[in-house]
Amino acid sequence: MSREISYGAAIREATDQLMSESDRVYVIGLGSTDPKSIFGTTTGLQAKYGPKRVLDMPTSENAMTGICIGTALMGMRPIMVHQRIDFLLLALDQIVNNAAKWYSMFNGQQSVPLVIRAIVGRGWGQGPQHSQNLQALFAHVPGLKVVTPAVPADAKGMLIAAAHDNDPVLFIEHRWLHNTFGPVPEEMYETPLGTANVVREGRDVSIVATSFMVIEAVRAAQALARDGIEAEVVDVRSIRPLDVDGIIASVRKTGRLVACDAAWKTLGFAGEIVALAAELALEDLRARPIRVTLPDWHTAASPVAAEMYYPTAATIANEVAALFGKPQRSAQEWNLVRNAPADQPDLSFIGPF
Amino acid sequence: MHLIDLSVNMLGSTPIVGNIVPVATGVAFATWLDGRDEITVVYLGDGATEEGAFTESINFAALKALPIVYVVENNFFSVYSPLSVRQPLARDVIGIAASHGIAGARGDGNDVEGVHRLAAIAATHARSGAGPYVLELETYRWREHCGPAYDNELGYRSVAEFESWRARDPIAAMERRLIRAGALDTKGRESLASECAAEVDDAFAFALASPFPTGQSFGDVYSTVTAGR
Repeated sequence: MSREISYGAAIREATDQLMSESDRVYVIGLGSTDPKSIFGTTTGLQAKYGPKRVLDMPTSENAMTGICIGTALMGMRPIMVHQRIDFLLLALDQIVNNAAKWYSMFNGQQSVPLVIRAIVGRGWGQGPQHSQNLQALFAHVPGLKVVTPAVPADAKGMLIAAAHDNDPVLFIEHRWLHNTFGPVPEEMYETPLGTANVVREGRDVSIVATSFMVIEAVRAAQALARDGIEAEVVDVRSIRPLDVDGIIASVRKTGRLVACDAAWKTLGFAGEIVALAAELALEDLRARPIRVTLPDWHTAASPVAAEMYYPTAATIANEVAALFGKPQRSAQEWNLVRNAPADQPDLSFIGPF
Repeated sequence: MHLIDLSVNMLGSTPIVGNIVPVATGVAFATWLDGRDEITVVYLGDGATEEGAFTESINFAALKALPIVYVVENNFFSVYSPLSVRQPLARDVIGIAASHGIAGARGDGNDVEGVHRLAAIAATHARSGAGPYVLELETYRWREHCGPAYDNELGYRSVAEFESWRARDPIAAMERRLIRAGALDTKGRESLASECAAEVDDAFAFALASPFPTGQSFGDVYSTVTAGR
């Protein structure tokens, strides 16, 4: 039996192993040493490695990002962490103008091995400024790498791969994934950046999903299977670099595409997948491609608004059903009712946020 | 725009001047984390001190007592915009540093020996473990913001103001001082000048003889090649 741990624990274990492997690795972020320790992902690390290896920081996201870049140029391997990705907007200049460009701008003389962990919130009253998914903004920029692992094993393997990588990597964690469990090898290993993973094979439709939407897509696929529709679920894992070949191979195989993203629709990642399918596999498409995304509204702050805002497994199942000319059903009819309010990942979740 | 010379520990310059300030602070932070006996010096301008990145950086440098010297070259303009449209008269960058507990001094940036004296004080301070130091040096930009020409005809500054600063040419002043002190004669001056001119000519020759980038090298934006695209 392989060991199962949570996504959050997998991140903590990866960080621990990275810090033990190299004294060049340090962790810095607002709250990284506080009692909650970034949702438990940095717990005990300062006690183990000392105050110069795990540091809290001022609420100066822009300068602190530049400061991490400066240490990276000096050979260190910073892992910076933000409890909410929204705060990265305050650091855009450093991320886009310096981290992304340093390697090319100075003709490859130096690179910026910087990992920025950023957490996308959802529910629990977080609302427009504390639960946006800004991945597309960053993935648009050449020079940055952006990963969105969905399962604990990839959270560990991709954090290790990101920290070993010599380029700046934005490591996006969905808050609702921290308390999900899965098998995670105890030893140190890398999940290569730029590789997607087929988490469920199927012949009828490719559901290409990112981050938390992978969880919803797998549930939808299980419900669809009860109806005789075999969906293939592709966990994108890395949105830049992107496993174009792997994704297109699945689309070619099934001839149907539902791109499921945990972010907005317009000019977003789901649109990128549809565009790639049109460019590279148009002759294999047997139906119009579909995007399942968040609506182009500000994120929801209340349970009632969350109910209207977030697409679910039932949303995906209905989109696929429509492709096959089957009737729309309620979540209850799909047997996809969640046992928690729409703004809570599960009933055990009691915050803090 | 993007100058770098790692052979002399010159780690890079960027055209968004304010954004180099945190990076330099990070370089100092790295030496601090490693307990290394080195100091960092970063050059910025009056415009860069208006960026939040400057205040954020000196806050952190003071918090950790980092060994860094911030040299503010105040030339009174950001592109064509004078200080008067950008900063209240009472604003004082040394005072801003002082309010963070950071030592500092102001001086004439066109006085070579004076700059050397102040720089020595700043470097000694940073080396002593007493934390960062802010040095503000007043000077002037003779030519245009971006390019080799003069641009007084645009009318954003007066010719009289320009001439008053040109009369304070730091190189000419240094030359006069050296000649007065008997440390430099006409022959020595000429050989120095031709040495400098030769260095510039060599740089031009090197640039002209160098190949243009290929599409492949231009498109190389990642240091670590991974799967995917």
